[in-house]
Amino acid sequence: MKQNNTYIFLYSSAMVVIVAAILSVVATVLRPYQELNIEIAKKLDILRSVEKAEQAQEMRDRNAYVEEEYARYIVDSYVIDHLGERRDDIDAFGVNVREEMRKPLEERNLPVFVAQDDDGSEYYIFPVHGRGLWGPVYGYVALEGDLNTIFGVIFDHDSETPGLGAEINTARFENQFKGKKLFDETGEFVSISIIKPGAVPPGDHNVDGISGGTITSQGVEEMLYDVLGSYRTYFRNQKNSEI
Amino acid sequence: MNIIDKEPLFSTKNVKLLTTPLNDENPITVQVLGICSALAVTVKLEPAVVLAVAVVAVMGSANVIISLLRKTIPQRIRIIVQLVVIASLVILVDQVLKAFLYDVSRQLSVFVGLIITNCIIMGRLEAFALGNRVWPSFLDGVGNAAGYGWILIVVAFFRELLGSGTVWDYPVMERLGLYTIGYENNGFMILPPMALITVGIIIWVQRSRNRKLIESK
Repeated sequence: MKQNNTYIFLYSSAMVVIVAAILSVVATVLRPYQELNIEIAKKLDILRSVEKAEQAQEMRDRNAYVEEEYARYIVDSYVIDHLGERRDDIDAFGVNVREEMRKPLEERNLPVFVAQDDDGSEYYIFPVHGRGLWGPVYGYVALEGDLNTIFGVIFDHDSETPGLGAEINTARFENQFKGKKLFDETGEFVSISIIKPGAVPPGDHNVDGISGGTITSQGVEEMLYDVLGSYRTYFRNQKNSEI
Repeated sequence: MNIIDKEPLFSTKNVKLLTTPLNDENPITVQVLGICSALAVTVKLEPAVVLAVAVVAVMGSANVIISLLRKTIPQRIRIIVQLVVIASLVILVDQVLKAFLYDVSRQLSVFVGLIITNCIIMGRLEAFALGNRVWPSFLDGVGNAAGYGWILIVVAFFRELLGSGTVWDYPVMERLGLYTIGYENNGFMILPPMALITVGIIIWVQRSRNRKLIESK
């Protein structure tokens, strides 16, 4: 076996070049598929927060089904700033909430998706993004027309502990949020607290956390407070304009 | 050389390469390698099974590639070469999962990347593929990955059943009506130390049935 330095240098350079070439070709070839998956997953999450597209798992042509449902129920989407003013130059679907939350409140672009059910009732859907224990947690919160009562939520995460923090994406956890309220009787924004099970009697502003998933639960709580809090002025304006 | 060439594909010796890692030379229970990922992914059955399959794929192909290159790899950088091969294969698996099995890849997330750090894979490259022909290396890789995989799956089965009361997310305990008579899930099973204790119990059972494995003093 050849052992001299020239051979080693040549060998490692060739190896690196070949491996880099293979990986970049694969990444480029697969990118359109991956991007489509991400787009469909996002649309599916938005729909699931208002209890639509629930048969997606059984559908053979899942992508077409999701696109169809999205076109049918999501009637409007726009971006607002922290004062609730509409910004028509930005596409709501393309906004990355993670990036927006890093900016100061005044510079955030806040997307709003409007869904209309078959019976005409409207729901407002807001993407949320925060930090769990090991990585990001995110999801969608759908509010009823009063912009106060939660109609449904969808959460997901990248790397929370299976069986513990990862339980935030189960129906058992998510269903607790239905009917909870973001504002208290005096009109103050209080969001939803996620508390130790049994610590406080159930109320309009709290849900049970996950045993063993305390930090993830806190992450979800902070996420709801921070992200939905950015929409505060928008919520108030919308309510006042209706009265 | 000629004798080896004529050796049938599944000769006794080759079959042994495949089967000994399942029991006598099991990477987890006998060599006690790869414990780190056995802790991380065995809370639920599904990620454990997918990871086992991914490890079989990565380990089989890594062994084949290293075995093909074994005469060219410079001795002094062989560990780096092995790492590059494993890391590229893992990235490939990850990319393919993201493109065609997006849901599974979302569930596994970081665990796929963790295959790179699995010491069994590099151990087999170093100990076997560097000195053996392609076919035996392939069998050795698949055998060891399967030996690793079945332990993972058994551990995950018990941890999910006793810790979350489900099997493959199917609520077994609830269907059996155990909650109504006061049964509660053991939250401790979900925590990493219980994976070690479960592996320990498997080692105990295995040694009591397989006397060869007991060290003589």
